[in-house]
Amino acid sequence: MSIFESLGKLVQESGFAMMLTGDGWKNLVMIIIACVLLYLGIKKQYEPLLMVGIATGCLLANVSALGGFNNALYHQELWDEFLNAESVHHHSYGYIMANGGLIDILYMGVKAGIYPCLIFIGIGAMTDFGPLISNPKSLLLGAAAQFGVFFAFFGATLLGFNGNEAASIGIIGGADGPTAILTTTKLAPHLLGPIAVAAYSYMALIPMIQPPLMKALTTEKERKVKMEQLREVSKTEKILFPIIVTIFVVLLLPSTAPLIGCLMFGNLLKETGVTERLSDVAQNALMNIVTLFLGLSVGATMVGSNFLSIQTIYIVVLGLIAFSFSTIGGLLVGKLMYRLSGGKINPLIGSAGVSAVPMAARVSQKVGQKENPSNFLLMHAMGPNVAGVIGSAIAAGFLMSVFG
Amino acid sequence: MENILGEKLELGTALVDAVLGYLVVFIGLALLMYVIIIVGKVMVSRAKKPAAETAAPASVPAPAAAVPKKLAPGSAGEVKIYDTDPRDAAMIMAIVADKLQKPLNELRFVSIKEVK
Repeated sequence: MSIFESLGKLVQESGFAMMLTGDGWKNLVMIIIACVLLYLGIKKQYEPLLMVGIATGCLLANVSALGGFNNALYHQELWDEFLNAESVHHHSYGYIMANGGLIDILYMGVKAGIYPCLIFIGIGAMTDFGPLISNPKSLLLGAAAQFGVFFAFFGATLLGFNGNEAASIGIIGGADGPTAILTTTKLAPHLLGPIAVAAYSYMALIPMIQPPLMKALTTEKERKVKMEQLREVSKTEKILFPIIVTIFVVLLLPSTAPLIGCLMFGNLLKETGVTERLSDVAQNALMNIVTLFLGLSVGATMVGSNFLSIQTIYIVVLGLIAFSFSTIGGLLVGKLMYRLSGGKINPLIGSAGVSAVPMAARVSQKVGQKENPSNFLLMHAMGPNVAGVIGSAIAAGFLMSVFG
Repeated sequence: MENILGEKLELGTALVDAVLGYLVVFIGLALLMYVIIIVGKVMVSRAKKPAAETAAPASVPAPAAAVPKKLAPGSAGEVKIYDTDPRDAAMIMAIVADKLQKPLNELRFVSIKEVK
């Protein structure tokens, strides 16, 4: 083979040449999208811990896909076969292990629903349920703020999505990334990329999405309400809480077991006081490792052939609707509680019922303090905020038991 | 209301599913709220009992000799000093508090003795 033939072969097999043939342009568009997401994650700091991983996963999957099947880090074709009930490789992890690239192997953790559950252990170990235990009425705000989940579910059905897809899109309104990923993996795995990106992007945009709605739906007098100090919660109560919630919620809705079970296990590690080392691992090392794997593998599902469709645009719009209506649901029940309590509850804490912990609670604090600088709503808003995590897990459990 | 994977939903069914789902979340969390309220009340009443029991003997007038010596504000107790200048003892306690990054009134010094 002459040097020119060798060079010609190299050029023909290069990703640059592949970019200009067939569906290669779709990968090029995805590479540009990945760069935009990287910019948002790094420069704008939109959920950077996950956004940078997701964007890099998207970049790696699309760049390596242009290098041909043997060089790809993620193979959409393998996963299509994995999902195809008529294929001999249906649900065969061995087939993926034998033929997959690095990200295919990592993606098995998403596919098996392992990463979201491990992340929930970490979230549980980092969460203080004290404000919720001292003010259990917060749970009603956490429930109210799941309104967007079911509103977007209905909206997605109107737009022609089937039940499984609509349920996965609706859960974006729960403002809980791991829950959205677990639900989508179980119900509509082909939509995982756009749903994960929409969920995490909107979570990062909460400080922009919520304040206008909060101001529009509450009066100045309501926003100025100062709430009474919360009662002190005993150590025993904090230890009993995760045990009671696990028994009660999982018996009520068994499909919530992976999420609630892991969340409460993590919290039990934190509260017992005898498992400090495990709690530390769950909060730091485990959480970081899983976040890394989750980001890369979810981002890799954003391959051009799957992602670039009208469905993605619908999902992005429905995701925004879901977030907004969840906020509205929380605020309206917050206003109702303000009336019923004779003006003792600040309705702004209702918007924190969307789970995004602790960002939604911080937004309540910020908006409240803007109206009344001596007002400290943060701890009051943490109650509905952590209640939202339980609420979105129950909503996901309901959708998985109906459509799964 | 059975939904098969990938099946298109009728709008009426979707609406029923949505309303039912929201109700399930609300009822589930409302029931959990009552459970937590009950557990909280039990805990608060249990915490009040020992407090009341300890408060009761206090109402009985204690003999004058049993009146404890009044401590300085913020003090956690007394420290026994052996062969040590009080100024040196104070300095040692301040250094220990500084090294441990703890306020002095959260530490309890039992005794300070000069090692010869």
